[in-house]
Amino acid sequence: MIDIITNMLSMCIPFSVALLLASTGEMFNQRAGVFNLGCEGVMAMGAFVGMLIPFLAGGGMRVSQWYNVLGFAAAAVLGALFGLFFGVITVTFRAPQGIAGIGLQMFGVGCAGTLFRHFVGGTQSIPGIPDVDIPLLSKIPVIGEIFFSHNAASYLAYIFIPVAWYILFRTPWGLKVRAAGTNPRAADSMGVNVSRTRYESLMVGGALAGLAGAYLSIAQAKMFSDTLISGRGFIAVALVYFGHWNPVKIMGGALLFTFAQTFQTVVQSFGISFPYELAVMLPYVLVIVVLAFTSRNDMSAPTSLGKPFNREIRT
Amino acid sequence: MEHISKRFPGVLASDDISISVGEGEVLALVGENGAGKTTLMNILMGLYQQDEGRILINDEEVHFKGPEDAFKAGLGMVHQTYMLVHNMTVTENIALGYKKAWKGIHLDMKKVRDKVVEVSEHYGLAVNPDAYIWQLSVGEQQKVELVKTLCLGARFLILDEPTSALTPQEVDELIVLLHRMTSELSIIFISHKLQEVKALSNKVTILRHGKVVFSGNTDDYSSEEIAAKMTGHEIILPKNNEKNENGETVLSIKDIVVKSDMDTAALDHLSLDIKAGEIVGLAGVSGNGQRELAEVINGLRKCESGSISFFGNEIQNKNAEDIIRHGMGYIPEERNTEGIVPGFSIKENFILKDSTSAPFAHSSIMNGKAIDENAESLIRKFDVRCPGINTAAGSLSGGNIQKVILAREIERKPKFLVAVYPTRGLDMGAVEFIHQKLLEIRKSGVGILLISEELDEIMDLSDRIAVIYKGSIQRVLDKAEATRENLGILMAGVKL
Repeated sequence: MIDIITNMLSMCIPFSVALLLASTGEMFNQRAGVFNLGCEGVMAMGAFVGMLIPFLAGGGMRVSQWYNVLGFAAAAVLGALFGLFFGVITVTFRAPQGIAGIGLQMFGVGCAGTLFRHFVGGTQSIPGIPDVDIPLLSKIPVIGEIFFSHNAASYLAYIFIPVAWYILFRTPWGLKVRAAGTNPRAADSMGVNVSRTRYESLMVGGALAGLAGAYLSIAQAKMFSDTLISGRGFIAVALVYFGHWNPVKIMGGALLFTFAQTFQTVVQSFGISFPYELAVMLPYVLVIVVLAFTSRNDMSAPTSLGKPFNREIRT
Repeated sequence: MEHISKRFPGVLASDDISISVGEGEVLALVGENGAGKTTLMNILMGLYQQDEGRILINDEEVHFKGPEDAFKAGLGMVHQTYMLVHNMTVTENIALGYKKAWKGIHLDMKKVRDKVVEVSEHYGLAVNPDAYIWQLSVGEQQKVELVKTLCLGARFLILDEPTSALTPQEVDELIVLLHRMTSELSIIFISHKLQEVKALSNKVTILRHGKVVFSGNTDDYSSEEIAAKMTGHEIILPKNNEKNENGETVLSIKDIVVKSDMDTAALDHLSLDIKAGEIVGLAGVSGNGQRELAEVINGLRKCESGSISFFGNEIQNKNAEDIIRHGMGYIPEERNTEGIVPGFSIKENFILKDSTSAPFAHSSIMNGKAIDENAESLIRKFDVRCPGINTAAGSLSGGNIQKVILAREIERKPKFLVAVYPTRGLDMGAVEFIHQKLLEIRKSGVGILLISEELDEIMDLSDRIAVIYKGSIQRVLDKAEATRENLGILMAGVKL
């Protein structure tokens, strides 16, 4: 029994990374006042490019880890470009963000699938990146397995959470981002360039979504398919609300969701007689229930979320 | 500023305006709502670009591309709607503009905090640098705005209607503070409250429809003269001097109990009768159940027990549509969120309550022509200043929004009207107009429940005055018995 639980818990950290990165990126977008429902599409593109580079280099065989790093980097750059593109649509042309985001999602997912069939063809796996046992710590029974024997990328993602917190709450840029998303008129009156700040945060958010996608294809699934992302981009958006636009709480949300997901796989694999359709639903139901009970009068919310800013039009 | 002009779609907001302020001077910029005061100041701060004209500081022409340039020149503005980010602390809000503390990716919060403390002590502006903005009252937020502006190095302050959201005590406090600051700073201060203009300024400039109509030394003119110049005619607030010829009771509230949003008892066995053709003023310190009373009468809040009889029909816990059909009119407290749909055009707001009936609709199809004609005639009749009937109602000034609401409610020919703070924040011209309209419909036999915080308004207009305290009526006074003193005592909860 202990083995099952340990096994279940040890999956939580590596499996939560994609959600964690994507929703931290989405948090930066939303803190600046733009919600990007296209997160799913950017993740798909990131996953495709991230997988493509090591695949082309080695044809599915073992390659130097630097190709994986290059895959991640390419995914981040591509994600940032998608963010830039989304900024042109929603910040400069002030298109409705919800519709533009859905468009970006469809474009990204469709484009990644098509390019995949062209460059790769069918299902192909890549070696991916190995797990790293952290010396000493990974030897601790149970704890070591749960926390200290995962791939390098997942450690970096978790180290990024306090960094993201610092950026948001302790740097001038974070201050500008928060002001631009909460009261852009005030930010403008203080000399903050609201449009520029929104562009910047969209690019950061896009890069993180791209990395999240690449993590799925390079480190987690070690392959690409059309259904690889399977709604994680939308879950990431929900987790931002769940986590009240705070990286630490978002991390909690990502872990909780991932736990629910691994729990249901374990339940299924042990043949406990429970309709699997319901088990699969569990994590999603959990998100809806938690969101429904999340306090509405949350003072940390970026109140200008979703509203284009135009200095000369008073609303 | 010389010969400044600025056009917005449909309106000429500034028309060849020139003003000047010397060192240590206080200029009061007065004018009615929508006269172009705020636009002019936004141009001075670089938030808008003028179409024509130039700005000189110490005889040198300046071009501000944005507010940052204006800060550098020592200008600072406290906007009418506070420019504060509510989910950040006081210090963080100030850090946003305090570039001296920005060191690459590091933000020296201690330096900002020290500066905040220094400025607030120097000018006697008590603020807690670590509080979040959402935790502060309106008066405290204004102090934060002042501290912020001064921290950013302003030697020249622009205050846009600094008192409009403050309680009377806070206003007095602010005037004392500003007086003290004038020894070091120049101030332009926008207002339409003449007592403040008299109390604070050396010079006064009056704007009307985007033009300067008058400039002079404040001390040479009386409040009445300034008021007359502001509106273009003399202001005499109308008074209700007629006797009410005892109409029948039309609204009878008996023993109602209503809960507040916090689930406490907001109305506690309240009873009140109002007759046709009389105005009953409801006096009281706000928060004693006024809001809940207005809402329960209009079917917007649940009545726990008791009854409300309206022309013989029980209307408690009926829905708003039913009550409107019975002939109830309502001027709600929050004009921007309850009185209008801000994103709808003016013409659409005029027909909100009649959108499904003739003449505005025939068998579920809107009659565009009737709607347009109705809007055109109401705009003329109620003097709503707007670019056109298709303008979004939310973009109008407060006074004009209130006129839109008043026009809609009155033209529906209600049998009764509940008016909640109908003149809050409006200029004298608009107040005069609204008072006249209320007296007109009273004369036509409509009963009115007037809820207000302004004792003058209540005493000018009412036939009888009911004082509300902690959710029940303390006492109902006839107009003749009511004085400021006994109303004040009753409002404080003392039984007479």
